[in-house]
Amino acid sequence: MKPIKLVENVYWVGAVDWSVRKFHGHTYTTARGTTYNAYLIVDDKVTLVDTVYGPFGNELVERISEIVSPEKIDYVIANHMETDHSGALPQIMKLCPKAKIYCTQKCKEGLYKNYYGNWDFQVVKTGDKLKLGKKTLTFIESPMLHWPDSMFSYLIEDALVLPNDAFGQHYASDKRFNDEVDVSEVMQEAVKYYANILWPFSSLVVKKIEEIQKLNIPIKIIAPSHGIIWRKDPTKIVNAYLSWAKNETKPKVVVVYETMWKSTEKMARKIVEGIVDSGVEVKLYDVNESDKTEVIGEMLDSKGYVIGSSTHDNSMLNNIAGFLEFFKGLKPKNRIGCVFGSCGWAGGAVREIEEIFKTAGIELVQTGLSVKYVPDENEIKKCYDFGKDFAEKVK
Amino acid sequence: MTGLSGEFMEKWKCTICGYIYDPAVGDTEHGINPGTKFENLPDDWVCPECGAPKDQFDRVGQPVG
Repeated sequence: MKPIKLVENVYWVGAVDWSVRKFHGHTYTTARGTTYNAYLIVDDKVTLVDTVYGPFGNELVERISEIVSPEKIDYVIANHMETDHSGALPQIMKLCPKAKIYCTQKCKEGLYKNYYGNWDFQVVKTGDKLKLGKKTLTFIESPMLHWPDSMFSYLIEDALVLPNDAFGQHYASDKRFNDEVDVSEVMQEAVKYYANILWPFSSLVVKKIEEIQKLNIPIKIIAPSHGIIWRKDPTKIVNAYLSWAKNETKPKVVVVYETMWKSTEKMARKIVEGIVDSGVEVKLYDVNESDKTEVIGEMLDSKGYVIGSSTHDNSMLNNIAGFLEFFKGLKPKNRIGCVFGSCGWAGGAVREIEEIFKTAGIELVQTGLSVKYVPDENEIKKCYDFGKDFAEKVK
Repeated sequence: MTGLSGEFMEKWKCTICGYIYDPAVGDTEHGINPGTKFENLPDDWVCPECGAPKDQFDRVGQPVG
């Protein structure tokens, strides 16, 4: 695969990982694979912006070599230390050991603690400029978007934003630009990416975007480090980020449950019927059968969350517990919720999940619904009404 | 902990990255001496780990929501 030109003398030289299906250990599923986007700027100073995941280092070197010998690289910009972007850095630095690495202080510390290379680090701060010849790079520190070391680079003359993980998507494709692909697929992956990675940092996302908007700089292309490059209407993804970061929602409910002997499942299905009949959008997930990355993605624009679990040893079941542990770390705001479940005797799961909702700041808008063993006709009707009542509050 | 004046000094936690500001330790790398209460940190002080501003901190043990 040849390098792809973004603008005059700027090329995509990254790699497409078609087969990866999990990321960050097992915390994120990449159903559509991913890409590791690295960019080469050819000017008086040859500059590589980020690298790729280590196993794809040879592809990066091959692609750079199509344009210029890698020994000629003068500068490497490390926008983020994480190994999916820096894994091939040692391989690159072997080829151009005298290259200067431009990055934040935290990134310098992190790269050293990852690779222990004695490289020529140049620490940059927001507003610093780096003249490459005809083109000029400037930097904007973006701590916690999504690690403390993260930064955006901006190629002034081309109005090209290189924001690393921000605005990215795990999406493998033979195409590089958003005007060449099915954008609805790409947006699904952008939603999942934001929800699972950036949601907890939403308050910082709003501040950072507003800070950049105040700079009043033109933006022609946003080229993230994963997935598709936003070339057509690049501000669309920025506005989508603002909306997600402000925790804006629509009347939509996500129901997630775990069941032992299908009683809690019966309840879940009836609750969903009540929601559907109220005309509110709803998605139902059995936590054990579902892709949790996708479920979290669906929760991003939803106003209401309904969680159910059978009671086992006085507690909720363990896979819904794991799911809720991840969920509460995302710090969703302005959401309402309610809880249900079947139990044999004293119960426990409903109370426990309600406590998690309270800790997470989810407003409990109706009393939890508990049923002993298998729900009877009357209890099934209660489940339906439970769903209907909740749907009315979501509207 | 108890400060020099004998008053109780609370720890504060960054809700973004989890860093805990301990007044007993301060943040000497950024000119904050040990014994500085969280409330007395300058307004432009930010989390030394992640850069979050002061308003992103919660008192440790403070109930949320």
